[in-house]
Amino acid sequence: MGNPTAERISRDEYFYGHKACAGCGGSLAVRAALKVLGQNAVSVLPAGCMSAVGFNFPQLCFSNNSIISTFAGTASMLTGIEAGLRAKGHTDFTAVGFAGDGGTADIGIQALSGAIDRNDNIIYICYDNEAYMNTGIQKSGLTPFGARTTTTPAGEHIHGNLRPKKNMFEIAAAHGIPYAATASIGYLPDFIKKVEKAAKIRGTKYIHVIAPCPTGWGIAPDQTVEIAKEVVDCGLWYLAEYENDSFTLNHKPKTFSSVEDYLKKQGRFRHLDAADLETIIQSRDKKWAFIEKNFSYR
Amino acid sequence: MSKRFLSGNETFAEGIRLAKPDVISAYPITPQTIVVERLSEMVEDGSLHSEFIHVESEHSALSCAIGASAAGARAFTATSSQGLLYMAECLYYASGGRFPIVMMNADRSTALPWNIYGDQRDSLSQLDSGWIQVYAENAQEALDLALMSWRIAEDSRVSTPVMVNLDGFVLTHTYETVDIPEQAQADAFLPPYETENRVDFDDPKNLAFSAGPDTNYIFKYNAHRAMLAAVPVIAETEQAFAAIFGRRYPGVLEAYRTDDADYVLVTLGSIAGLCRETADRLREQGIRAGVIRIRYMRPFPHTEIAAALKGAKAFAVLEKDISFGSEGTVYTNVNSALQKAGVQLRGANYIGGLGGRNISAGDIEQIFADLEAGADGVHFIGIGGDGNG
Repeated sequence: MGNPTAERISRDEYFYGHKACAGCGGSLAVRAALKVLGQNAVSVLPAGCMSAVGFNFPQLCFSNNSIISTFAGTASMLTGIEAGLRAKGHTDFTAVGFAGDGGTADIGIQALSGAIDRNDNIIYICYDNEAYMNTGIQKSGLTPFGARTTTTPAGEHIHGNLRPKKNMFEIAAAHGIPYAATASIGYLPDFIKKVEKAAKIRGTKYIHVIAPCPTGWGIAPDQTVEIAKEVVDCGLWYLAEYENDSFTLNHKPKTFSSVEDYLKKQGRFRHLDAADLETIIQSRDKKWAFIEKNFSYR
Repeated sequence: MSKRFLSGNETFAEGIRLAKPDVISAYPITPQTIVVERLSEMVEDGSLHSEFIHVESEHSALSCAIGASAAGARAFTATSSQGLLYMAECLYYASGGRFPIVMMNADRSTALPWNIYGDQRDSLSQLDSGWIQVYAENAQEALDLALMSWRIAEDSRVSTPVMVNLDGFVLTHTYETVDIPEQAQADAFLPPYETENRVDFDDPKNLAFSAGPDTNYIFKYNAHRAMLAAVPVIAETEQAFAAIFGRRYPGVLEAYRTDDADYVLVTLGSIAGLCRETADRLREQGIRAGVIRIRYMRPFPHTEIAAALKGAKAFAVLEKDISFGSEGTVYTNVNSALQKAGVQLRGANYIGGLGGRNISAGDIEQIFADLEAGADGVHFIGIGGDGNG
């Protein structure tokens, strides 16, 4: 059976020869997005997995112009590159950032908010692997409830992380951003479509893509894409867009697959008990009630 | 050339207009604000064609400037005190990436206790950040440095950012009559920025990369060599400046009546004028006093300081800075210069002006009197406390 996205996507590679772990979801997100944006993308990557695996002099792994920013400075450096290139007379380029969950929702949120506020003409892609994986799996603001990380250990007294994920998609939307979207590398054609769409919109674009990390999640390397699908199918993540002041749901599972199955496949959730599971399901249902009420679906 | 009556900040902004930066990113902080206000007005009235980015913090101000410089653009920012400290991470980033950004710093006290007035603890704490650091004495020099800094920073032998320091309030807010050069003169002096250290769509680059233990130190060595290479470039730049604008500057330091001086006061920034006046007065009384104004703290004028102090009986360093638990940082640097040159000389360190406290002519006279009386060690002007271990 033909896959229209696979047939359409560029055969050119812009991010290769890097040393990401086997099954890395983040590197797949970067690779796919750059295939869409092409040679004239200028990528900005802060300290984090993708810069750590891709920029080791003299082994430099981007074939488009790329630069590491400070950890907090993905968005502000994007702003500077966009303004600088424009000032030098360039018109045919895309300034795109790839920052992890910590680089986006924690240390980089101020600069991101500033860029959206100014409506700088950039694409900001958050590849969310739900913890500080590069430093060895520490909790970030996007680590989900119950997840075991090295700083939220699961023991008798505390069952991993106590707080839910920060809602970056709606935080971005609350700025009145021209375009924001959620995605998952488990639904790659949807992600690719969103990057294509973002490239055509002027102003700030924010795409939040779930990108599992086998090392941090406790799954086999060949399970990355499957688990990234499943998080959407069980309703713990959703595919949506925000534009023209309104939210749209892109994909509505007829029935949710089992949350328990999704969680129990992953080492980071294996300790969860029935009450924890109930908390997670309740919070999912609350979110979907909100989506039903506030998002249109077509 | 036109004569105008302007504050230090306003004069500096005129210098930046003449330098025509492509991108300006800045966040307001007292006493720097007037610079960015004036630049905003120049962008509004069309006399300055820069992208003016209203960033949400100093960290972003410099991060944005780095991005702009990586795009091959001429980038400017300005800050002060806590703002400089907040962007400190980016200072190292800009110098390590060899991005020739120019930044104005309005020298101001650092918290705690909070204080908005001038001292030099902010910039002197960042001597190791890899930026060329120059200290202006007056508004005209500040304007001239705005132009010269770009040429020094962007010289391919240097490729290093420059921090131009103006004493907060004393210099930033004091009005002086200044010469504003013609744009044609500025254009003749400062060519457009050309570099290979930038985004290039014909030959894509991976910039600001990682370098492991085998190669990292080579980049650091190169940055050090480039900073040292700035010394002759500064001299060349000042010659070229004099040829076009008619004003001469003395290089990394200014030695005043040091040739036959017994007692020399070493200082930097806006207090130097009062020091020279005091030296003149003391000379009328038969005391052979001299003054060294350090202009560039980085690259540090080791040989020039040692040469200027060689014949003296004693020297003092007067600075608006203290490195707690040690001594004034300028004093440490000066002593290193003397030690390297094999000059054995009695010295004393005078800490003054912290948090904007006034340094009077009487205070400066007292320093010379102390030196004559055999002073050494570390002294806090006006407190009389013991600054020694």
